[in-house]
Amino acid sequence: MSTAVDNTSSGERDIHDPYAYELDEIDVSLDERFEKNTFEGFFERLRKEDPVHYCAESENGPYWSVTRFEDIMKVDTSHGIFSSEGGITIAEGQADFELPMFIAMDQPKHDEQRRVANPVVGPMNLKEMEPIIRTRVQTILDSLPVGETFNWVDKVSIELTTQMLATLFDFPFEDRAKLTRWSDVATAALGTGIIDTEEERQAELIECLTYFTELWNQRVNEPPRGDLISMLCHGKATKNMDPMEYLGNLVLLIVGGNDTTRNSLTGGVLALNENPAEYDKLRADTSVIPNMVSEIIRWQTPLAHMRRIALEDTILNGKHIKKGDKVVMWYVSGNRDESVIADAEKFIIDRAKARNHLSFGFGIHRCMGNKLAEMQINIAWEEIMKRFKNIEVVGEPVRIRSAFVKGYSELPVRLEAW
Amino acid sequence: MIKVTFIEHSGDVHEIETETGSSLMEVAMNNDVPGIDADCGGGCSCATCHVYVDSAWLDKLSPPDAMEESMLGLNTMREENSRLSCQIDTSDELNGLVVNLPEFQG
Repeated sequence: MSTAVDNTSSGERDIHDPYAYELDEIDVSLDERFEKNTFEGFFERLRKEDPVHYCAESENGPYWSVTRFEDIMKVDTSHGIFSSEGGITIAEGQADFELPMFIAMDQPKHDEQRRVANPVVGPMNLKEMEPIIRTRVQTILDSLPVGETFNWVDKVSIELTTQMLATLFDFPFEDRAKLTRWSDVATAALGTGIIDTEEERQAELIECLTYFTELWNQRVNEPPRGDLISMLCHGKATKNMDPMEYLGNLVLLIVGGNDTTRNSLTGGVLALNENPAEYDKLRADTSVIPNMVSEIIRWQTPLAHMRRIALEDTILNGKHIKKGDKVVMWYVSGNRDESVIADAEKFIIDRAKARNHLSFGFGIHRCMGNKLAEMQINIAWEEIMKRFKNIEVVGEPVRIRSAFVKGYSELPVRLEAW
Repeated sequence: MIKVTFIEHSGDVHEIETETGSSLMEVAMNNDVPGIDADCGGGCSCATCHVYVDSAWLDKLSPPDAMEESMLGLNTMREENSRLSCQIDTSDELNGLVVNLPEFQG
């Protein structure tokens, strides 16, 4: 247990102990608890004692936490009451650097822009991408050093998802590390080793915009084709986007198509190591992989929350939410809700109804790339199981200090071939 | 008991005898019809139970509500006879119903 203490209000106490607080003092949004993996107990307590919970003071101002599966569904599907306009994370954006993106818009503009980007992850494209992804997975896995300790995050999760993203954008392949960097920069908490100030973040994102503006200018003068940039610059609802809106949607697609799959690819390895009987199950019968992929995505919950703003006064599970209040849906909590998911705290690769999880969200903002994500993780595990008897985690994972992107920067592993 | 028929994009036909009362999505799930994922469990909020309703049956269905309309509207492969099967309740009136399953859900 960590010895971190909070002595700002009531003396020394362990900030990682959910019962060191009065109920109304609980602020589940502390990034540090996600880094130390101590957040779960706080949500467990809220689900039991105060499932729709008001936090009057936090770094991000007052906000409601919605922690149960059914209540989260309710908020996520009531887009007329709970607005996404202006932002979808608990942290506020910078007023002087607003990035409009369709995930953070309401109807009808959301629908118009989303429809433009949608075909890139549509069935036709997926079918074309399947063999490309498989070849890349094979190449990456075949290059790994068997019997040596290495960081799974760098060598597999990041490499694979970044290559995929470069394909979706038809981005110059040799520059693809830039995509990983921009993805990290866009979501990093300050002072966690990626960036230290908002100015640095903005400067790097402007570099991103400059780079992508060149790609836009090339493709707008070419006939339309299947990559995302071409779709955006030729799409009716997106071709007149101003630069910040273009940047916003790029950031959305870079983060959405990168961090999430990356962290599920890592999370799966960790989950199987923590649950050796499940790993044995997988070795005995790999036909469970598609079901396991859903279970990994639930277990990992790569985006811990999404936030909304109430457009009107409303009652949710007995609590009076006022117009203008910030409402945070904690997917990471709903995915552990025992009242809907049996043995929710357990990782069970052949779980019944494994697809019934919250990680992709529900309603009009439901993850657009979920089929692609599932396909990538599926292929990864199929190819992994052909090659390696064991991916042994040989050290502690290093987790990201963020209450939004729930993931890892390091997972030391050693491979054993069949 | 009524009969409903699901036709996969591949042409495979699933003729199912079912009690009335459950949703068409539930009928598909209970009979292992492939191509209906129903990730949200019937909440009209994931659009993974999309079907194309045979035109002969369209006017026997109540029209989609605002939520179903929103979810269908995001899909560029939507057709005039597109519906979410979790929003179709089976009844005696629908005895003989035929729906086609979209390729994108295959």
